Amino acid sequence: MTELPLLSLTIFLPLVGAVFILLVRGETDIVARNARSVALWTSLITFLVSLFLWLGFDNGTAGFQFVEKASWIPAFRIDYHVGIDGLSLLMVLLTTFVTPLAIFASWEAITVRVKEFMIAFLVLETAMIGVFAALDFVIFYLFFEAMLIPMFLIIGVWGGPRRVYAAFKFFLYTLVGSVLLLLAILAMYFQTGTTDIPTLLATHFSPAMQRWLWLALFAGFAVKVPMWPVHTWLPDAHVEAPTAGSMVLAGILLKFGGYGFLRFSMPMLPDASVFFTPFIYVLSVIAIVYTSLVALAQEDMKKLIAYSSVAHMGFVTIGIFTQTTQGMEGAIMVMLSHGVVSAALFLCVGVVYDRCHSRLITHYGGLVHRMPKYAFLFMLFMLASVGLPGTSGFIGEFLSLVGTYRVNTAVAVLATLGIILGPCYMLWLYRRVVFGALTKDHLKAIVDVNAREVAILAPMALVMWIGIYPEPFLAAIRGTVAGMLASAAPVAATLAQAAP
Amino acid sequence: MTVSAVAAELWLALAGMALLMLGAFRRDARGGGFIGLVIGAFVVAGIIVLGPAAAPARAFDGLFVIDGFAVFVKLLVLIGAGATLLMSYGYIGRERMNRFEFPVLVLFATVGMMMMVSANDLMALYLGLELQGLALYVAAAFQRDSLRSTEAGLKYFVLGALASGMLLYGASLIYGFTGTTRFTALAALFAGGETPSLGVVVGLVFLAAGLAFKVSAVPFHMWTPDVYEGAPTPVTAFFSVAPKIAAIGLLVRVMSQPFGGLVDQWQQIVVFVSVGSMLLGAFAAIGQTNIKRLMAYSSIGHVGYALIGLAAGTAAGVRGILIYMAIYLAMNAGTFGCILAMRRKDQMVEGIDDLAGLSRTQPMLALALGAFMFSLAGVPPLAGFFGKFYVFLAAIDAKLYVLAVIGVLSSVVAAFYYLRIVKIMYFDEPAEAFDQPVGRELSWVVAATAVFVIFFFVYPSPVVDGAQTAAASLFP
Repeated sequence: MTELPLLSLTIFLPLVGAVFILLVRGETDIVARNARSVALWTSLITFLVSLFLWLGFDNGTAGFQFVEKASWIPAFRIDYHVGIDGLSLLMVLLTTFVTPLAIFASWEAITVRVKEFMIAFLVLETAMIGVFAALDFVIFYLFFEAMLIPMFLIIGVWGGPRRVYAAFKFFLYTLVGSVLLLLAILAMYFQTGTTDIPTLLATHFSPAMQRWLWLALFAGFAVKVPMWPVHTWLPDAHVEAPTAGSMVLAGILLKFGGYGFLRFSMPMLPDASVFFTPFIYVLSVIAIVYTSLVALAQEDMKKLIAYSSVAHMGFVTIGIFTQTTQGMEGAIMVMLSHGVVSAALFLCVGVVYDRCHSRLITHYGGLVHRMPKYAFLFMLFMLASVGLPGTSGFIGEFLSLVGTYRVNTAVAVLATLGIILGPCYMLWLYRRVVFGALTKDHLKAIVDVNAREVAILAPMALVMWIGIYPEPFLAAIRGTVAGMLASAAPVAATLAQAAP
Repeated sequence: MTVSAVAAELWLALAGMALLMLGAFRRDARGGGFIGLVIGAFVVAGIIVLGPAAAPARAFDGLFVIDGFAVFVKLLVLIGAGATLLMSYGYIGRERMNRFEFPVLVLFATVGMMMMVSANDLMALYLGLELQGLALYVAAAFQRDSLRSTEAGLKYFVLGALASGMLLYGASLIYGFTGTTRFTALAALFAGGETPSLGVVVGLVFLAAGLAFKVSAVPFHMWTPDVYEGAPTPVTAFFSVAPKIAAIGLLVRVMSQPFGGLVDQWQQIVVFVSVGSMLLGAFAAIGQTNIKRLMAYSSIGHVGYALIGLAAGTAAGVRGILIYMAIYLAMNAGTFGCILAMRRKDQMVEGIDDLAGLSRTQPMLALALGAFMFSLAGVPPLAGFFGKFYVFLAAIDAKLYVLAVIGVLSSVVAAFYYLRIVKIMYFDEPAEAFDQPVGRELSWVVAATAVFVIFFFVYPSPVVDGAQTAAASLFP
């Protein structure tokens, strides 16, 4: 361990950048330019710092690393306590990776109130990293909720025509879930006298209490995942949010749900998790099949990708609750891959939206003739999204299904339907937008992706690396997953016996 | 008896009378200068409360008590009264309220509140309550050539008198059935925990009803929106802060000290009142278009949350209430500071829509008001979240799960209308800008409260520890 508080640095560096931008004064143009640069550089440096976390990370242990602890509210024994394990590490890396790209993506798309936008974005980044790094439940909740404010403003101020509706829906849906989560935190506090996550992980709650706690946690996380039927805020929020907002929303915010299940629901409440596993399976299978079908019927590109996100998240929840090594590792890999791929897909939509100001699929067609580079990049991410072998999507979904197959064949078979439906809507989308004859007049003069857009999309091609050589990522989470399974081992064993 | 126990009240009362004389004999007496003098008197009183009068003591043969709880609430009352008075400086100059009686009335009301908080006897309680009540009735009607203001004053007076009557009736019943009005004697009487006679229970209900009126809790809340809307804005700001905190303090003391043994009898009442206030505060505010009316419903809702702590009936609950009131004080004073800055063409405007696009015309004001709104909605990391956090903590501790669930869900409903104000400020096209500058004293109050609300989470210990000590003194 280093003396430098590397993790706190990662968390609060964006906030420092935000304060810096706040202090910038002067003419609107200059302020906007400075705000953009400061935001981009801050987020890039944050990414670099987080890479040092990865370098210093010890794959061999299941415990938390880079732990920092400071007294905060001594009267209640609530501490500022942060630290990361393999799961947190990957999520923190995902956050610090996607955020600068999202900021770069809004370089030209955001023209009004640039300063405020960049401040909101950096505050959002701090909150997101904080969520993944928190080791105290109250700190976790603080970051979890604090992220609502900047996101509300990002959707509401810089969004599309129905942004007000979308922003309110997003905020209120999330708030309903998370206030119940708060009650669960308080109940745990009274059971144990602490909100320290490692301590809570080692506590065994009575089975009856576990069920109530589990349901309250479920309310908080299911909205975030989002699981069917509380997913309806997602398409609205995605469609109305600016491109960068959608990227972060799909890429990172949705991971809070899966992260919550993995970090809290499953290891802290193992009995209840087993009890509710069928419930999760049913909701996840519905999510996978139903939202895939809904995606097929969409006319708006962003909406289609939003529904596909719900379907992909179904694999995450199924994988987590199989309580098998493969299932859980698969779930984490889906989260990681989806984080990059969906962000990239939203950016692909953003690229053509910036040029034509329409997201309707029928508005496009034959783009390959004018935008070959774009067609190539779009295809790459589209294929990663449908889980073509060799891409990151494949690793995650494959592992997740293997895990499911081990415990419940029927669920695995139904979930595989999603693997079939995924290519249907994605390939069809791709065919309608990119292939075909270039007949529409307004597309005749469309220009291909510029250097800036390539610079954003190219790093995201990292997904290929995960698909071909997933070992560095799997190694980071192996110890963590093993530790989580060990804490729930007796329960998982009974589950395996109950399976056909 | 030691004089030091009542030194703060004595000082303020004497200062008030001296100021009245000064005002009466000086032709050119204006409100502005008196505001400074009264705030100075508050500062001195605050020092006395913290210093010589902080030691636990009794005075007047036990009618009057000083303990940690009284000190904490008195400080809040003094801060609230001082801050709202400071904010009114610009207003009274412009709106034909520039008479010296206004600050003096506020001062007398504050003396009454401090007596309420320290009351250790039903008679002393009534004395304090009426002193503050009478001053407040006049303050509500202070814009005497405004129809709305006089209507508000009259309404407040009639309904307040009714509530006082109920309270007195309850007190007389309790005296009749127990033979004492002294809190300590009552506490000893009920300490055994056996079921009291019906007369005592009826008296307790009347007492609770009268106090519920004073804190504007459902179902005795009807006066609040009208009075808040009609009264001059600085008076509304004052109403929403100091008297409310004092009345909550009084309610907490009455319920947990003399009637602490009867918790089974009054717990359901408090739960009902709390649930009613939270739900009404959440739903009724949605349709409001006047921001002062909206804040009235908001304050009803917040009383509901604070009462959750009382319903718990534990030291943890009282601690929660005290933290809640401290934070509520900052949020409300700040919000009303922003409302006072809503002037266009030298006229006050009160419509929510008048805030449209404030984030472009006055970004700092919009940022502050936005922070207050998110805080009132209870979104972390702002202070309002911690207020809710501690009362819900107490509720869960006392196993009041249903109450806690209703509480958090109604806070989501309430979030809607707070967000609507943020939406109007940030998402809508700008309306005509407000008059600038807003006045230095107003900016101070808004800036100070905004800093408190935003950065409370960094170092919450002083408030939390203070409330902890104060609550402990009530539960020996």
